[in-house]
Amino acid sequence: MRKLFTTDHRSLGVLYLLLSLAAVATGTLLSLLMRVHRIWPDTPLPLLGLMKPEDYLALVTMHGTLMVFFVLTVAPQNGFASLVLPGQIGARHMAFPRLNAISFWLMALAFTILISAFALPSGAPLSGWASYPPLSAIASAGPGQGTGMDLWLLSIGIFCVAAWLGAVNLLATILGERGAGMTWSRLPLTVWAWLTTSILTLLVFSVLLAAAVLLFSDRHFGSSFFVPLNDVVNGHVVGRGDGSPLLWLHLFWFFGHPEVYIAILPGMGLATSLFANFTRRRVAGYKVMAAMLVAIGGLGLLVWGHHMFVSGMNPYAGTAFALTTMAIAVPSTVEVIGWLSTLWGGGLRLTTPMLFALGFLSFFIAGGLTGPILAQPALDTYLHNTFFVVAHFHLIMAMAGVFSVFAGIYYWFPLMTGRMMNDLLGKLHFWISLIAAYGTFLPMHISGLAGEPRHYERLAGPVVSFSEILPNERGITWSAILLGAAQLLFLWNLFASAKRGERATENPWQATTLEWAPEIPRRRIERGPYEYENGGTESMFRPQWESASKQE
Amino acid sequence: MPATFTPKNVEIERKHTGIGGKPPVDRRPTGGGGDGDNWDNRPSGRRGPRELLSRYRLGVLFALAGDLMFFVALVSAFFVRQSAGHFDARENYVSDWHPIAVPPILWVNTAILLLSSLTMEIARRQLFREIDVMEEWLGLGRPAVKRAAPWMVVTVVLGVLFVIGQWIAWGQLTQQGFHFNSPDPSSHFFYLITGTHGLHLVLGIVALAAALGALFTLKRVELRQIVVDCTAWYWHTMGIFWIFLFVLLAYFQ
Amino acid sequence: MPWAPFNGSLEGARIDRLLLYNLIAFAIVFALAQVWIIVVMLRRKPRGNGLPAALRWAMIAVFGVLYIWTGIAAQRLWANSQFAGPAPEAMQVEVTGAQFQWYFRYPGTDATFGAVRSQLVDAASGNPLGLDPADPASKDDVVSSLLVLPAGREVDLRLRSLDVIHGLFIPGMRLKENAVPGMILHVHFTPQTPGTYSILCSQVCGLGHARMQARLLVVPEKQFTEWLGVREHLRQAGLAGGVSRP
Ligand code: HEA
Ligand code: HEA
Ligand code: CUA
Ligand SMILES: [Cu+2]
Repeated sequence: MRKLFTTDHRSLGVLYLLLSLAAVATGTLLSLLMRVHRIWPDTPLPLLGLMKPEDYLALVTMHGTLMVFFVLTVAPQNGFASLVLPGQIGARHMAFPRLNAISFWLMALAFTILISAFALPSGAPLSGWASYPPLSAIASAGPGQGTGMDLWLLSIGIFCVAAWLGAVNLLATILGERGAGMTWSRLPLTVWAWLTTSILTLLVFSVLLAAAVLLFSDRHFGSSFFVPLNDVVNGHVVGRGDGSPLLWLHLFWFFGHPEVYIAILPGMGLATSLFANFTRRRVAGYKVMAAMLVAIGGLGLLVWGHHMFVSGMNPYAGTAFALTTMAIAVPSTVEVIGWLSTLWGGGLRLTTPMLFALGFLSFFIAGGLTGPILAQPALDTYLHNTFFVVAHFHLIMAMAGVFSVFAGIYYWFPLMTGRMMNDLLGKLHFWISLIAAYGTFLPMHISGLAGEPRHYERLAGPVVSFSEILPNERGITWSAILLGAAQLLFLWNLFASAKRGERATENPWQATTLEWAPEIPRRRIERGPYEYENGGTESMFRPQWESASKQE
Repeated sequence: MPATFTPKNVEIERKHTGIGGKPPVDRRPTGGGGDGDNWDNRPSGRRGPRELLSRYRLGVLFALAGDLMFFVALVSAFFVRQSAGHFDARENYVSDWHPIAVPPILWVNTAILLLSSLTMEIARRQLFREIDVMEEWLGLGRPAVKRAAPWMVVTVVLGVLFVIGQWIAWGQLTQQGFHFNSPDPSSHFFYLITGTHGLHLVLGIVALAAALGALFTLKRVELRQIVVDCTAWYWHTMGIFWIFLFVLLAYFQ
Repeated sequence: MPWAPFNGSLEGARIDRLLLYNLIAFAIVFALAQVWIIVVMLRRKPRGNGLPAALRWAMIAVFGVLYIWTGIAAQRLWANSQFAGPAPEAMQVEVTGAQFQWYFRYPGTDATFGAVRSQLVDAASGNPLGLDPADPASKDDVVSSLLVLPAGREVDLRLRSLDVIHGLFIPGMRLKENAVPGMILHVHFTPQTPGTYSILCSQVCGLGHARMQARLLVVPEKQFTEWLGVREHLRQAGLAGGVSRP
């Protein structure tokens, strides 16, 4: 019990990670159900029976919401930051330990509320994770759009507040709690990433909260922010004022695009650290890499319109957003080239965390490169809301993001438990996941190019039958099942190693950053974060907790 | 094995924040190597008597920055909605936006809120008067608390008056036929904006009352400063937000 | 484009070409980058100290050029289709999305769309769009659930939605635009090759989203006039109040 109501940042970090583990397990289960339903829409499933079209849409919606909010926001932004951020900057704890606990419990509450939508007789909401109105504003527009949608809004509202409190805490910690001598240029890149994502969180989650309040008011207090005049649903006129659905799109994507960077930036920072560690090299261009993380965050606030090229937005705005989006590809490219160049001739130590970091890099490139294609409005008119987009964001967000989470867990596991995770199982997990993930998400490009839209519960409609891509879709499903199954290896490894894993030595990865210091340094910090020296066979490293005068 | 392997429950507030227990006044701690002013050189947790205060201020500042974005989003929705319209059957452009005149009582409320900010500031300053702080710190009495408390009570009263005033304004509007769910978008916004702002103020009043209680119960001078200081910043910010929102409602309909 | 459905529109060819170039360029970069990763994993001996900074900046510059090129090329197409309106003689058709059906309305001989009123919407009694019988302009409007267009003539689609946001997606015309309730959006394109194309809904709109499909028939001009003539005749004879099946 005392463990549960702790305010210790490391225990809270573990709790956050367990929460997102619960979410990812649910989300994965939902995604496998979706995959199976897509290729056998008329086969009753064990326990669930025959799935209705609305059930499929509810699965997609809940899958997206769980994964984006409760997995890829909670784990990298709150989980890992709670776990190691105070350590990395030489602080004893977060600026506001109790606030951290409150933020965790709010997130857990939001998760429970969201999940409980499945228990409703009318089912979970089905309007997608972006919940476009009027579909999301009118209860009669579909099953699950009544109470289910209310629960969704409530859950997201609570989540916004929780994320917001978490970000306040991180910012106050980074700005106010650094140890002596921990200057800006001595911060590990993960800290730069968390600094950026926390600012983004403050700026955009408040906007989502405002949007959610407006939508809730439309649903229950008879206002018309998003519902247009004379809207007819189910034969009844429901629209009373000149509301604008586009307003929601703007508000949502103003949040939504920065949100995906909140999901990926910590992973980028972590990957940089791991590449330095396992090549025993300094980060190539530390200052540039840090600046690019911040630049991605800043530009990320200006590109939301690329989700709206065909939404009825002014075409000139489309041009403007296309240009800013192209601009944001540049700092990402600088990062990628920085990584590739650090790795070049680096004599990598292929430990499990390093493998996952390399997997992250591979997926980031694979998914990132389709970004500039989608950013061209003329091409996006064909590709928008097809599986091409699904392929893009699963490679860059789902797989790159999840692989960076894996890398972090394998890497920091000794800090959580004092034990190492099993290396052989870890490598097996990596290779199967890597191959299965490419097997799942690369072929989705082909479905997308064939014109297969998203949220299609079956491939054969009354007019169009995508039967020619059925073999492709079958392959995807089998591969997804393999991908899901490979995660059992991870779960086994996680829990078995926590109990019976090999004991970790002090600083098992020979890292230089402060979270590995044997004790919280009392001395002034005098070193940069990645002082590795590639000298002959025995490589040297100078941890940040050693003083600069001490010569090896 | 690294010390980090065994998570311990940390104490939340450190017992001694000050270097050798310096009084929480504005004077910079001196001594030592002489460059003690530079945060670079001070280990975490030993940054002088003001450390805790500046930490909480930082937290409040960021929280308010996020809150600002909340209102910015509402206000941008306001402008978008205001410029929305449609074409009727005869292709005439019609807009359903009928500006509502703000009830005059809002002027009174605004004045009350400004006044409350003033009283709050006076209360806040009491806690930072060096002589008083020294006296409290040495345990010679609580002059700062005694002087601040009445001003805070006045602030609470003014805050409550403001909220009541807003309530009255709502009542007046309802009588004119503008309900929250009357089809007029401008009235939705009026209620929404004043409502969310009012909610913030109610929270502020609760915080003020709590701070007032804390003034008398908290043992440490720094903590008393913190509760009053943070509520004051929150209160001032809500005042500033209100000015903007009021100007919006009164002149940009 | 090898994988995408057959393209039957004038504008589509250029989009396909640009898409193909893009895919090839980015596939090459993708392959290079993956090979790079495999190579660094295989070469276990450390050598050198990473790439020299000058080379890094050169690579970044190459990508900068690539992005600028794709950006400009795509903007030209976008400007063509979006900044300029349709030709004045373009054919007018109104597309209305409703859960879960597409309706197509031709203005008839008077070239004016009659007024519609939400209160009159009643799909069961054959007036799914709520055509106002009081408006003379609506007398000759033809409403169909099949989109028939003459080949080689520019079409100006007027997009509406009755209830929620739908997405008009005609893969064979490389055309997509959302139908947003409360807004009237225009898109224009020129169908060229006669044939049958599918019309899909690309924006999740409720439980029937996957079923919300229709057919586009591109026919020679003469055949089109005939078809429309028959439909107008039926409409005037009062045989088809609203939609009629072809
Ligand atoms: C992080 C984000 C994330 C992740 C990981 C996934 C994972 C998967 N997704 Fe998901 N997906 C989305 C985000 C994500 N998805 C979003 C946002 C949408 C859009 C929703 C919408 O349109 O509304 C979507 C939609 C979507 C669709 C489109 C449905 C449609 O439009 O018709 C499909 C279809 O195949 C799909 C499939 C899958 C599959 C097979 C996986 C598999 O890869 C699952 C396998 C799972 C893993 C490999 C992860 C295991 C991870 C761990 C075990 C981590 C452990 C972590 C800790 C301990 C903290 N997803
Ligand atoms: C973590 C999440 C994440 C990240 C990082 C990105 C990154 C990018 N995204 Fe993505 N995106 C999503 C998550 C993400 N996206 C999601 C979830 C959606 C769908 C939402 C929904 O509709 O539900 C989406 C949708 C989406 C769209 C809308 C598509 C549509 O709906 O029609 C667009 C359009 O412009 C876009 C663009 C981009 C761009 C340009 C980047 C850029 O930042 C990418 C930059 C990276 C690179 C450019 C790669 C660099 C690598 C190299 C250059 C290789 C170097 C090689 C050698 C040296 C050999 N994204
Ligand atoms: Cu209509 Cu989807
Ligand atoms: Cu985006």
